[in-house]
Amino acid sequence: MQVNEFKPKIVAFCCNWCSYAGADLAGTNRLNYPADVKIIRVPCSCRVNPLFVLRAFQRGADGVIICGCHPGDCHYTTGNYYARRRMTLLFSMLDYLGIEKERTRVEWVSAAEGAKFAATMNDFVATVTKLGENKRLEDLRCKK
Amino acid sequence: MQRIGVFVCHCGTNIAGTVDVKAVAEAMKYENGVVFSTDYQYMCSEAGQNIIKDAIKEHKLTGIVVCSCSPRMHEATFRKAAQSVGLNPYMVEIANIREQCSWIHKDMATGTEKAIILARTAVAKVHLNAPLTSGETPVVKRALVIGGGIAGIQTALDIADAGFPVDIVEKLPTIGGKMSQIDKTFPTLDCAACILTPKMVDAAQNENIKIYSYSEVSGVKGFVGNFEVTIKRKARFVDETKCTGCGLCTEKCPQKRVPNEFNLGMDQRRAIYIPFAQAVPKIATIDADYCTMLKTGKCGVCSKVCTAGAIDYTQKDEFITEKYGAIVVATGFNPIKLDKYDEYAYSQSKDVITSLEFERLTNAAGPTAGKLLRPSDGKHPHKIVFVQCVGSRDTRECGKSYCSKICCMYTAKHAMLTREKYPDTEVYVFYIDVRTPGKNFDEFYRRAVEEYGVHYIKGMVGKVIPEGDKLIVRASDLISNEQLTIDADLVVLAAAIEPDKTARPLATMLTASMDTNDFFTEAHPKLRPVESPTAGIFLSGACQGPKDIPETVAQASAAAAKVIGLLVKDKMKNNACVAHSDENMCNGCSNCAKVCAYNAISYVDKEFRMPDRTTRVRRVAVVNDAVCQGCGACTVTCPSGAMDLKGFSNKQIMAEVDAICK
Ligand code: FES
Repeated sequence: MQVNEFKPKIVAFCCNWCSYAGADLAGTNRLNYPADVKIIRVPCSCRVNPLFVLRAFQRGADGVIICGCHPGDCHYTTGNYYARRRMTLLFSMLDYLGIEKERTRVEWVSAAEGAKFAATMNDFVATVTKLGENKRLEDLRCKK
Repeated sequence: MQRIGVFVCHCGTNIAGTVDVKAVAEAMKYENGVVFSTDYQYMCSEAGQNIIKDAIKEHKLTGIVVCSCSPRMHEATFRKAAQSVGLNPYMVEIANIREQCSWIHKDMATGTEKAIILARTAVAKVHLNAPLTSGETPVVKRALVIGGGIAGIQTALDIADAGFPVDIVEKLPTIGGKMSQIDKTFPTLDCAACILTPKMVDAAQNENIKIYSYSEVSGVKGFVGNFEVTIKRKARFVDETKCTGCGLCTEKCPQKRVPNEFNLGMDQRRAIYIPFAQAVPKIATIDADYCTMLKTGKCGVCSKVCTAGAIDYTQKDEFITEKYGAIVVATGFNPIKLDKYDEYAYSQSKDVITSLEFERLTNAAGPTAGKLLRPSDGKHPHKIVFVQCVGSRDTRECGKSYCSKICCMYTAKHAMLTREKYPDTEVYVFYIDVRTPGKNFDEFYRRAVEEYGVHYIKGMVGKVIPEGDKLIVRASDLISNEQLTIDADLVVLAAAIEPDKTARPLATMLTASMDTNDFFTEAHPKLRPVESPTAGIFLSGACQGPKDIPETVAQASAAAAKVIGLLVKDKMKNNACVAHSDENMCNGCSNCAKVCAYNAISYVDKEFRMPDRTTRVRRVAVVNDAVCQGCGACTVTCPSGAMDLKGFSNKQIMAEVDAICK
């Protein structure tokens, strides 16, 4: 039996009002998703600076996902629209640099969508696992 | 250098079951800056909090990390504990090792490994935390209730009784909501109007309550304690201050063919109308879609008969803006449209009706003056079939997956009342399950079966076929495993209930969250059921989920209590995690002000001393702390990196990223 030993490093930025609560709900409902996902709480998806995403890849992350409220439902009204636009630009630039589009994602998960959160994470981890390790932007100096 | 303490909670076995908490506490001892690390059964308990407090004092901690449940749960608790011993509350970080770790992973090794990383991430963040203080802003001592059904009325009355002014915004010409259409209430069978109308009158007469009927909320700005709401007062073409509600116009109007929505279109009203006799406010309204005068300019009968001179055909929609400290949503529910359920022949036969229509048919003020007559031919029905769960507990696209909660009880009520008034009528009820939790509910249902001889049949109705003046009901009896055919005179469908259509756009305006069914979500499903996650927004009644009247009233009063708790405060603490601009880096480009949804950023000219000792004046951004909500949109927009968010600074988030990727 061949076991895939590769465990991707996934950074998930979740807005405090919807997606972080959605992640909590996934936990409350005991919905399983891989431990490779680590969540960073941000007030709103618009708080995610493209630099954070770059930093993650530089430090050896294999995938970065940004989760926010559904369009129109952002706690700060328009934050997720900014996030969507910024990330679209950033992701296409990353794609150009050789970070496959599948390694980056923006998803809308509401506070009531625990199941969607878990499903999204399962899917994302599976996709990134298939792609394998990300070496493109990794700064080897950061490796001890 | 910070002196950091780490506190790992077992949460009984909730965390300790899949995370080796001792190992986490041990591992943290070797993290940079950590001078104290321990674990305990329940960190949130008093004893647990004391451990934290003692450690802060004893080890002179400058920052702490609590590895426990979600920060949405107990962040406030631990912040308070830290503050009580003199540590700034913003020096506390939570590592969420329950909801986002122990509860989702099944084996100890994975759970522990992840918990250590999460704890390490929080430690990395706390290194960069800085003490924060929040300012205060005065609270506007006035509440807004959106929706004037029983939920809204009860909430408004309770708030008004505590001495605070409340405004009710109701989209229809009168308050009263669905309850005003109901005939009798289960399980006591008292008349709905007799218990509702006094409350409506109370609301109208209470000097603290102002009712904006025939109005809608069209815009919401601001935040808890200081909302600014625009209310659209729709033109009713009648001067509210002059109309006496005599009703003469509603008798004389020649346009008689307007479907009467109060009786669900089962009879007709005039183009100028007062919805029902006990309407509050009792003011006539012209229906612009049907009024001949408004459409063609010829008629004017109502204005001629009106002795008060209240008719004003030139009235326009009016917008007013008011300030409120708190907003209560009480937008209620509606039965779903049944056009997707054509197997029940709802659109084909007039004698297939919904339960709410049945309610009007049995109401003395209804289209048949309370006599149970078939809508098609006005004859008395001898065989009635009630179908439950029409659209409820239906996982198909057209249905609702949830239980509508009230249908079992009102169907039992309808069946019982029918048998009582017309003992010669045979009554059948088809059900999937009968659900009667509630005080005296099951007794009520059993009376319907045992005393009143209602035939309850477990099974679903497959098809209703209109044939002559009969309705052939094809159904299966799941207990005797038989196919049944009943030639009924009347079929009553217990349609699922769904949130009012206005709720979704309103949620967007309020930035309050909703679930996939468009019910408003509560801040915590168990512990904060009447608050929305958005501060200052409260939930009352069926807008939060299906509810019967007693539950609605209970929740309405609970919401009022929460509102009162907010309005008694003179000042509200502002959000401390606000944006802040470094004036040395800011070049005054205005990008941040453009993305700010709250207009919190302005610019000032500031003098800077240059290295050569001259001064130069530069335009720099300043953030108004009282208005900033801390979303962080500006921080990303800023091209020079001058803008940062306190509590979620660039450095802090980068440190978290680093810690995760290590
Ligand atoms: S708060 Fe969730 S995206 Fe803005």
